[in-house]
Amino acid sequence: MNLLDNIFFALLLAAGIGFFAFNVKKLIRNIKLGKDVNRTDRSSERWKNMAMIALGQQKMVKKPIAGFLHILVYVGFVIINIEVLEIIIDGLFGTHRVFSFMRSLYDILIGSFEILAALVIFAVVVFWIRRNVIKIQRFWKPEMKGWPKNDGNIILYFETVLMLLFLTMNAADYTLQYMNEANNHYVQAGTYPISSFIAPLFNNLSFHSVEIIERVCWWLHIAGILSFLNYLYYSKHLHILLAFPNTYFANLEPKGKFPNSEAVTNEVKMMMDPNADPFAAPAENSEEEIPEKFGASDVQDLNWVQLLNSYTCTECGRCTAECPANQTGKKLSPRKIMMDTRDRLEEVGKNIDTNKGVFKEDGKQLLNDYITQEELWACTSCNACVEACPVNIDPLSIIMDMRRYLVMEQSAAPNELNNMMTNIENNGAPWPYNQMDRLNWTNEA
Amino acid sequence: MSTETLKVPTMAEMMASGKQPDVLFWVGCAGSFDDRAKKITKAFVKILNKAEVNFAVLGTEESCTGDPAKRSGNEFLFQMQAMTNIEVMNAYEIKKIVTACPHCFNTLKNEYPSLGGNYEVMHHTQFLKSLLNEGKLTIEGGKFKGKKITFHDPCYLGRANDVYEAPRDLIRKLEAELVEMRKCKQNGLCCGAGGAQMFKEPEKGNEDVNIRRTEQALEEKPEIIAAGCPFCNTMLTDGVKAKEKENDVTVLDVAELIANAEDL
Repeated sequence: MNLLDNIFFALLLAAGIGFFAFNVKKLIRNIKLGKDVNRTDRSSERWKNMAMIALGQQKMVKKPIAGFLHILVYVGFVIINIEVLEIIIDGLFGTHRVFSFMRSLYDILIGSFEILAALVIFAVVVFWIRRNVIKIQRFWKPEMKGWPKNDGNIILYFETVLMLLFLTMNAADYTLQYMNEANNHYVQAGTYPISSFIAPLFNNLSFHSVEIIERVCWWLHIAGILSFLNYLYYSKHLHILLAFPNTYFANLEPKGKFPNSEAVTNEVKMMMDPNADPFAAPAENSEEEIPEKFGASDVQDLNWVQLLNSYTCTECGRCTAECPANQTGKKLSPRKIMMDTRDRLEEVGKNIDTNKGVFKEDGKQLLNDYITQEELWACTSCNACVEACPVNIDPLSIIMDMRRYLVMEQSAAPNELNNMMTNIENNGAPWPYNQMDRLNWTNEA
Repeated sequence: MSTETLKVPTMAEMMASGKQPDVLFWVGCAGSFDDRAKKITKAFVKILNKAEVNFAVLGTEESCTGDPAKRSGNEFLFQMQAMTNIEVMNAYEIKKIVTACPHCFNTLKNEYPSLGGNYEVMHHTQFLKSLLNEGKLTIEGGKFKGKKITFHDPCYLGRANDVYEAPRDLIRKLEAELVEMRKCKQNGLCCGAGGAQMFKEPEKGNEDVNIRRTEQALEEKPEIIAAGCPFCNTMLTDGVKAKEKENDVTVLDVAELIANAEDL
């Protein structure tokens, strides 16, 4: 490589990483639009969750076939990235296979990268067949039309192309290593268990032609990796990074425990305290903040973990497949709740970008414009979606926050529920029975 | 079965005679008013009486925990209910609660503490299991010996609070053949009643959740579908009727199984 190549490589690398960093900054800003919630307690449990669920793929393997294939792609991607490190050093300093001094260790590394690359291609092909030929139901729900469907396939194509480039590059390199050529800088290094089967294709080509193939594949491979990195922010694929913080910050309480609103507690205490003066002005410097609204009608009303959840969701649909409402044909799909939250959050983020850092009212909100009331009222709060999520996303908490808005801000519950609540208010039971009759069962035959 | 012998002391009576029960039996709204659930309440009380448990109920001083209000989104009504109940229970110095309703169980256990109500809360299946362990209760096969029983996990007992084994241990004690549904424990399918769905018509769809769940239970060809929740019980009973299987399959609470086995 000449110096010009090195400079071009450095620029490409800087642009690729720089643009990604720019988007990550935006992502963090958007997540911080959410309300505060403390998720830094019990850190040892949190690290353990991250290690088991994100790193260890504990929940992925609950579906053994998809889980196994996913591990192939996951391990392949993580390990093959060691090769990317070598590529970056070679690119910046004009070396070639700089790690080859490791000799037999290098042979093992390159050999295992190749086998993993082949396994990744295998897994990706099966994934593609599951999506497009077998048409597994959860990939064909209404919310998966258009972009989400294409997005899923584009990622599979991307991964296949990257792996093929890597293997072709190795095949060409392997061929070059054994060619007689003056000043051959292709050192004999590495083992090529897979690409040695591709290499015979180059047998009749000149050194120069094979070298061109090797260089083109090398450049396309690294350019492809940088493009893929930047594709993440625009796709559902951010989970490869966000699964880690998402599992760390996930709820550790029993799934049935829904948070109590402190603002409401203060009001109820006031009502129940016979000495309280309901007209008293709030004490000066009082810490009690009266919330501008109860529950959530838009993304800014959700907490930052819920927003992080929405960016982490990779639309696998395990939640929706387990949802009793969805299984019986209701409109509710927990995955759609997450997708809508992210889409609206992105819309709000863009709004802030175009309006120089301040959100300008756009006449839209998460409720009704994205998520309908029919979806929200179909939920049985059974926690099947929360249990099913391989990265501990909690769609149920968003549904409950939005119900809270509907009832407390808009009195917009279905009529039967209003009757139920009136009964509780009047006679302490969801049905119209007198509280004084609560012991009647003891005297009934 | 006669109910004349039921001994159901109230907290007020206990206090008047200067006594303190070991445990409060939280009956719940369904357990107090719903005809089907009242049978579960009575079955449980019979076992408590037989094991000579020193318990009491709140009776007319009990009020809805607020669970359906909270799940509907009415946080205000929930907290009003919670604080009223907490005031009553704290005045009686309640330490331990047992309930046959997983919704009450979940709310009392998880959502009352931050409002000032700190109690040891047990589901009745856990409580019965502890009676068994302490030797206060013996369960023998009786009339359910060898019968095929499948257990439906209530969401608010199972996924919500990770209680899966207590009800199963009790069923095994009956020397019954416990068969698991395709979807059970963490993966169990809801009966369709949670999240205040019990009190409204379902949204438009192509099937009711309770029918779907009943179908899953019937796949195992059980003689009995065991439940641990009055709402699940209603939903599954309706499901069995809709499938016209009420002559072959009975839906019973775990407490009823134990009480019936002993012919209490």
